[in-house]
Amino acid sequence: MARTLLNVPAKAARGEIIEIKTLIAHPMESGYRVGLNGAMIPRDIIDLFVCTYNGAEVFRATLSPAIAANPFITFSTVATESGTIEFRWTGDNGFSQTESVLIAVE
Amino acid sequence: MTAAFLRVAILPLVAGFASLALAADIPTAERRSGSEFMGPETRAMQDDDTTNPGMLWVLDGEAAWRRREGAADKSCADCHGYAQTSMNGVAARYPAFDAAKGRPVDLEERINMCRSEQQKATPLPFESQALLALTAYVGRQSRGQAIAVADDARTYPFIAAGREIFERRQGQLDLSCASCHDDNWGKKLAGAPVPQAHPTGYPTYRLEWQTLGSLQRRLRNCMIGMRAEPYAYGTAENVDLELYLMWRARGLAIETPAVRP
Repeated sequence: MARTLLNVPAKAARGEIIEIKTLIAHPMESGYRVGLNGAMIPRDIIDLFVCTYNGAEVFRATLSPAIAANPFITFSTVATESGTIEFRWTGDNGFSQTESVLIAVE
Repeated sequence: MTAAFLRVAILPLVAGFASLALAADIPTAERRSGSEFMGPETRAMQDDDTTNPGMLWVLDGEAAWRRREGAADKSCADCHGYAQTSMNGVAARYPAFDAAKGRPVDLEERINMCRSEQQKATPLPFESQALLALTAYVGRQSRGQAIAVADDARTYPFIAAGREIFERRQGQLDLSCASCHDDNWGKKLAGAPVPQAHPTGYPTYRLEWQTLGSLQRRLRNCMIGMRAEPYAYGTAENVDLELYLMWRARGLAIETPAVRP
């Protein structure tokens, strides 16, 4: 399991625009680098990030080899109802991680 | 003939005086952490624990602090308890003099001494993720505290040795650390500001490295840039230099884990 840092407000007013910040530990090895032995280091990146809010997709990003290690993704959404905001990162070598955060909307 | 002789004789003299005049310490009031030379975005990234990537290592270090290791089957917490209290202010005092070794040791070496002597475990390699994580976790407990390494009869010779290295010209470019960081801080080197070289936030997440790194890695990095032979990890020269830099940064606040460009 990779470490993540998530910043989602615990409480929000209905209709409020909230900022979400996510950071995940990942090497994002581009596949274009050469190792000390002269051989290419195989690509190992996260290629997809999806955020769902009570099951409905609210944000999606496709990631490329040019993105730095430990990708930091920040975006905003509208607080519609109380529930779960879920984040999923998937990538090379079967990488898949899901984290979720509860939000209370009044 | 006479004029030519004078020029040859006087020029080195003038150059000598100029370098003497330039190699002065930065006045206390003008000392500024590297974070003050960064852009507002990088500063914001450092100041928010949910955007500072160094916190990933701090979280790993927190887990490692409680994990039992080695033949003694002891964790850091078994001896030191809560790091929040027991490690508070420790990083601000390191490198510190170790009586058994008869010389200063830095935080990484101190952690490894604990590992081999108390936990009976193998020391962690320099720059390993595990050592960086523990150092970052210990360093984090001193955030905001003023740097205050011991400046006494025991440490003085090592501070002086570090200063000698800092001020000695070396490498193919014939530069000393002081050439940039005492004499030309605030100017630009290839578009990037030259900071004063205060080690306020190590281990530091350097965006260029895309990872956390130690002060020794940073020193080696600079020396390679000077085209000098970098000192190997763990050598006395590196620790003396670390001690001198921390003494030179006395009073500035610890920012560990810092973010730097």
